[in-house]
Amino acid sequence: MKKYRNKKKRLSTKYMLLIMTIVCITLIFTSLTLNISGGPLNTVAGYIFVPMQKGINTAGQWISDKTNDFKTLAQVQEENQKLKEQNDELTSQLNTIKLEKYDLDNLRELLDLDEKYPSYQKVAASVIAKDTGNWFSVFTIDKGSKDGLKKGMNIMAGSGLVGIITDVGPNYAKVRSIIDDSANVSAMVTTTEDNMNVSGNLQTMNSDQAITFSELRDSEDKVQIGDPVVTSYVSDQYQQGILIGYIASIESDSNKLTKSGTITPVVDFEHMENVLVILDTKETGDSTQTESSGDSSTQTTEQ
Amino acid sequence: MLRKVVLFIIIAICFVLQSTVFQALSFANIAPNLMIIVVSSFGFMRGRKEGMFIGFFCGLLIDIFCGFYLGVYALLYMYIGYCNGIFQKRFYPDDIKFPMLLIGASDILCNLAIYFIMFLFRGRFDFLYYGRSVILPEFVYTMVITIFLYYILQKINQKLEISEKRRAKKFDL
Repeated sequence: MKKYRNKKKRLSTKYMLLIMTIVCITLIFTSLTLNISGGPLNTVAGYIFVPMQKGINTAGQWISDKTNDFKTLAQVQEENQKLKEQNDELTSQLNTIKLEKYDLDNLRELLDLDEKYPSYQKVAASVIAKDTGNWFSVFTIDKGSKDGLKKGMNIMAGSGLVGIITDVGPNYAKVRSIIDDSANVSAMVTTTEDNMNVSGNLQTMNSDQAITFSELRDSEDKVQIGDPVVTSYVSDQYQQGILIGYIASIESDSNKLTKSGTITPVVDFEHMENVLVILDTKETGDSTQTESSGDSSTQTTEQ
Repeated sequence: MLRKVVLFIIIAICFVLQSTVFQALSFANIAPNLMIIVVSSFGFMRGRKEGMFIGFFCGLLIDIFCGFYLGVYALLYMYIGYCNGIFQKRFYPDDIKFPMLLIGASDILCNLAIYFIMFLFRGRFDFLYYGRSVILPEFVYTMVITIFLYYILQKINQKLEISEKRRAKKFDL
């Protein structure tokens, strides 16, 4: 009798595993083919976990603020000195840029051109949680569809590109960053306007804090180390002209036609607390881009 | 019912801690995997069925907040929970070597599966690099956390079992 009951129980567990496996596989396929996300699951999970994560973050922030208070005066003074120097440098840079901008505006007016890099509408959000695993670079921010965020919006921090929203719940949004191993961005070098494909890479990111680029056509060898890379107008997901980083190394591919190498991103992905969400999403198929001839200015990356 | 509530609280705390505090405490970008400790230890403490369901919910949670497609991690963690449940008969609460062995093996298996599904198929063939820089450090870090977390989980499970037994007795009388 007992044996029989045991056998029955074991069978039922096995059947349950089978049923759950089928549930999981249908889940995977529906989310793959229909490209839908959790829906009600997102809502429930968002309302339960996001407040907890926010709470822990506020506590952590408070502690780190308190520990920062104990920084010695000497350190602060040194930092102040450095910042002052930087300030002077930046002010002089700003002045020249202002003059250039004045020129640019005049010329644009003459040529009847629209602003090439429109100022995007942005909203600030803070990072509340990161990917639980160590393979990918995904994080969640504390604003969601209630604040008008949508799938496909670009995320910036400071002046650089961080990533793209891949999923939204009512009070959170999931962001896949550009350093994620599966991320791909169409980009271009500002100095020569050559297009390339930038992809995140766990290996180069771990070893020298860089992401890789490939398929750069640069037959005249004009692209150099240190050239800024921005998002390209051919990208169907990313807004044009957002700074990604600077070229750190270039190598010729074996086909002698294209080049690949690494880019150092401008954003510090490890210490990211606040980000900016660009509320405009890229509308594919609009804006016939004018092939602006000549060397376009390299400083137009601030939108 | 009590067990379900307690389990939910444990999973929630572990998930929130793993996605916030332990990401901040990561060494060289490597954070421990608390979820695998919970799934694996409840698997071998409570059997295949409970391990399976806990695995499914932990995985689903990871899917919602950081996965690609809904269901991938759920499937993976569900099988890990189920497989740990097979070893329930060999489990003695006082022995820590066997649980550590199981949790360690689960962590490595989980990461190997992620590597094969999501990295190898995209042409990342340098297995030795990923093994050395992701799988091994995570294993070590997870083992260190296991020593503390496993005792807490085991104590909670014991308390739950005692209260369940008491309730069952009351029912009989």
